[in-house]
Amino acid sequence: MRARVFVVILALFALAFAAFGLASTASAAATAQKADSEVKIDNFTFGPGTMTVQTGATITWTNHDDIPHTVMSTDGVFRSRALDTDEKFSYTFSKAGVYQYYCSIHPKMTGQVVVK
Amino acid sequence: MKNTDLILHSHDHDGVDRRGFLKCMAWAGTGLFCVVKGGVLQSFSLGHHSDHGMSGDLSFAQISDSHMGFNKPANTDVVGTLKTAVDRINQFPTEPEFILHTGDITHLSRPEEFDTVDQILKSAKPKDVFYVPGEHDMLNDDGKEFRERYGKNSQGAGWYSFDKKGVHFVGLVNVVNLKAGGLGTLGPEQLDWLQRDVHHLKHSTPIVVFAHIPLWSIYPEWGWGTEDSAQALGYLKKFGSVTVLNGHIHQTMQKVEGNVTFHTASSTAFPQPQPGKAESPGPMKVPAEQLRSVLGITDVNYVQGQHSLAVVDSTLA
Repeated sequence: MRARVFVVILALFALAFAAFGLASTASAAATAQKADSEVKIDNFTFGPGTMTVQTGATITWTNHDDIPHTVMSTDGVFRSRALDTDEKFSYTFSKAGVYQYYCSIHPKMTGQVVVK
Repeated sequence: MKNTDLILHSHDHDGVDRRGFLKCMAWAGTGLFCVVKGGVLQSFSLGHHSDHGMSGDLSFAQISDSHMGFNKPANTDVVGTLKTAVDRINQFPTEPEFILHTGDITHLSRPEEFDTVDQILKSAKPKDVFYVPGEHDMLNDDGKEFRERYGKNSQGAGWYSFDKKGVHFVGLVNVVNLKAGGLGTLGPEQLDWLQRDVHHLKHSTPIVVFAHIPLWSIYPEWGWGTEDSAQALGYLKKFGSVTVLNGHIHQTMQKVEGNVTFHTASSTAFPQPQPGKAESPGPMKVPAEQLRSVLGITDVNYVQGQHSLAVVDSTLA
């Protein structure tokens, strides 16, 4: 009888830990959705060139180059001021879709954001 | 004008005297300049040119890419190097009548940056300066500040034309409405204006076109070209002498194609790498003692009766 109770209690604990573990993972995933994703601008390049995020995510572009750049969506959805070295621009993507963007000063610099 | 050396004959029967061209260019730093006449080069001494001072002759200077406000390792003193450029202009054998600035006047389009350039250019002997904007002059306000300062007689994004001693000057803007993945662009409205602007001119009128981004395809991978320049050049095909003056690439390059001489100027701020010689076309750092030798200005001379304008580059060293 005592052994069975022990096993049940163990099982309950195991379930509780598992549930806690799942909850942690779930909340971690939820946090990841909303956390900032980074795009580094350097050497006339957006890195990574394609950024995939969840709906609701915020992306922050930081200019590490020694020349100013902008972040301009080709569809007019977002547009940064000219970013000098170390300046940043953030945008939160509330709608799913594929967003092409480029630097309006150096239009050969292109990138895209895929929002799932 | 005294003709000090006449280089004759095309050996390849294509109108270009290559051996003569190399010989002439080797003298370029000594105050001689090469004039292309009907595809054949003649060299003239600048000294002789200034002695005559014939009326109807025209002399002007081109500077470019002063990037006022830039302060990174490639040049932490763009004020100083622009001042040196002004000193050099003031030492030209023939005093230029005016200056053409082919853009990127400022680095970040800030009012104080425009003010500083204006202040420095006040010390130049030529009092008139004609500007076209670079992409760095149109940040955040699509060029409103630029046009308020320099675009009083311009249209659209800032294009205009004027005449000096029978030479027709056209200032074009190819740094707005740049499309993703694209090159410089003139746009249909400006092209339309250009066609009408030159339509009535006699074919013998010398034409000088100045714009920031090169109007010929130098290196498209780095955006060094203008996607609709062929259309513009088409409107100028009838003219016997067309000189295209550009900036943007921060190094000198020349190309002669029929009646058109293309030329890009050095920057007064910092050099950039040669096409494809670096990962990207950004500011190129050189040893401090070499900086002034990779920055420069351009002297342009037109002599009545000569076929083409003489374009001579010199460094700030």
